[in-house]
Amino acid sequence: MPLLDYFASLNPLNLIKSFPASISQGLIWGIMAIGVYITFRLLDVADLTVDGSFTTGGACAVMLILAGWPSWAALIVAFCAGVLAGLATGLLHTKLGIPAILAGILTQFALYSVNLHIMGMASNKSLNPDKYRLLLTSRRIPSAILVGALFTLALVLILYWYFGTEQGSALRATGNNPAMSRAQGINIDRMKVIGLALSNGIVALSGGLMAQYQSFSDINMGRGAIVIGLAAVIIGEVLGEAILGKRLNFFGRLAFIAVGGVIYYLVVSVVLWLKLDSNDLKLFTAVIVAVFLAIPYLKRQAHTSFRSAAKRAAKEKGGEENA
Amino acid sequence: MLDLIGVRKVFNAGTINEKVALDGIDFHLSEGDFVTVIGGNGAGKSTMLNAIAGVWPVDGGKILIDGQDVTGIPEYKRAALIGRVFQDPMMGTAPDMQIVENLALALRRGKHRGLSWGVTQKEKELFYEQLASLGLGLEERMTSKVGLLSGGQRQALTLLMAALTRPRLLLLDEHTAALDPATAAKVLELSDRIVSENGLTAVMITHNMTDAIRHGNRLVMMNEGKIIFDVSGEEKAKLTKRDLMDKFAALAGAGKESDRMALS
Repeated sequence: MPLLDYFASLNPLNLIKSFPASISQGLIWGIMAIGVYITFRLLDVADLTVDGSFTTGGACAVMLILAGWPSWAALIVAFCAGVLAGLATGLLHTKLGIPAILAGILTQFALYSVNLHIMGMASNKSLNPDKYRLLLTSRRIPSAILVGALFTLALVLILYWYFGTEQGSALRATGNNPAMSRAQGINIDRMKVIGLALSNGIVALSGGLMAQYQSFSDINMGRGAIVIGLAAVIIGEVLGEAILGKRLNFFGRLAFIAVGGVIYYLVVSVVLWLKLDSNDLKLFTAVIVAVFLAIPYLKRQAHTSFRSAAKRAAKEKGGEENA
Repeated sequence: MLDLIGVRKVFNAGTINEKVALDGIDFHLSEGDFVTVIGGNGAGKSTMLNAIAGVWPVDGGKILIDGQDVTGIPEYKRAALIGRVFQDPMMGTAPDMQIVENLALALRRGKHRGLSWGVTQKEKELFYEQLASLGLGLEERMTSKVGLLSGGQRQALTLLMAALTRPRLLLLDEHTAALDPATAAKVLELSDRIVSENGLTAVMITHNMTDAIRHGNRLVMMNEGKIIFDVSGEEKAKLTKRDLMDKFAALAGAGKESDRMALS
């Protein structure tokens, strides 16, 4: 029985052993997902810059640490590099009238070359964690989890404060109702640029953390980041709404998105434990994201589609005949 | 206090759909005027309000508010001087934000938006009072999302937001057209009250001739991007719906003839 052999070969202990590593990676991706949330949900823009800016952050961090910078300073520069990438997308969109999604694709495309330049025209650069003092590394997972959690907490607190300020409120209003925002005197182009810059700064920061964690940066490390970010946002929101319902406030929402990143990586570790080909992971992730993005639409359809209307009409007819 | 001098706006210029929406219009408002604007579809009423608000740049002419030339100033900057309520009740508020947050956004119209807290405790007290004055019970739902409110409630809130900073000019663009008659009457009454209490200068577009006669101190009729009739004071007070219909038929001329033929 090949099926029995397959199940016999699965060792639950291995799965449990893989969880800490998944949690630490998930926390880093969760930070990136919070960046994606700012554009995707608050600004109502699907920003594809992140695939490039994640790598930019990783490349900056690795190169600066190799050059002898302390790892925290390297992270600050990584954040600033991400802000510049977001600025590029924002200006392409607002000043040159290029649709947001295309502006993001253009910046991402250009960043491939920029990232290669940052890495001295090498497609990857490794960091020896024995030689350099890193904030976190996959060799010491418990401390990596702690560092990841602290970064997440600090970020959630800062963003919770920022989006409560006058400027943060104006940014939320811009994504929610641009016409109203202009009528209330908000410069919506400026808000979009600020939002894109902030989002990509956070994404690059998480790229810088990831590069330290895995002790290398790679030109392709950001590929598909947007999809993973969306997956984390969606998982976090669904979970948050299921657990807290109407009590899910903005703070909870941000925290649950970080949790969404962790859950995504736990699911990934289960999938890998089931010995599915890791090359199929992207297909698997895309399907999950598509399903969750479709759920709100399908739910509405269940109530208001022509098909359900026809069913109701058929029922009513039956009722009349019975009467 | 408001002057439109030869303002011209052409949509789809140079194409087969070219439409001269404002044909060198001259329009002047005095401090404290409350003008109602009537006219057929495509007469240029909304275009005139949008030109004043600066939704897009005009193609010719000059717009002055309080003698200041605002022709080259974009919408978001002009907003410091102008409060607006739109025809679509969904358009004037941010649905996913709380009632207080919407009011706080409106209170900062024309001011720098920095990194201080978005709504202060003192403002919340002010908003409580203001909302209570609407008599809709919204003061007890200050942290509710605006998207949960009815069209009438949202329009009342938008009105409050528009008047909150006592703007130099209040622009009402058929703001009751999407409401049921009872709600529309309430919102209109509220508009009257807000305009008089704050001593605002206001322009209100309406399709309802009775409303146009009953409200404000001045009435303007538009046709094909021009003002064709302008009455105020005593003369306006004595107007009847019948007078307006006759006036429209006489002044609008050929266009009206064809309308009549289409109707008969």
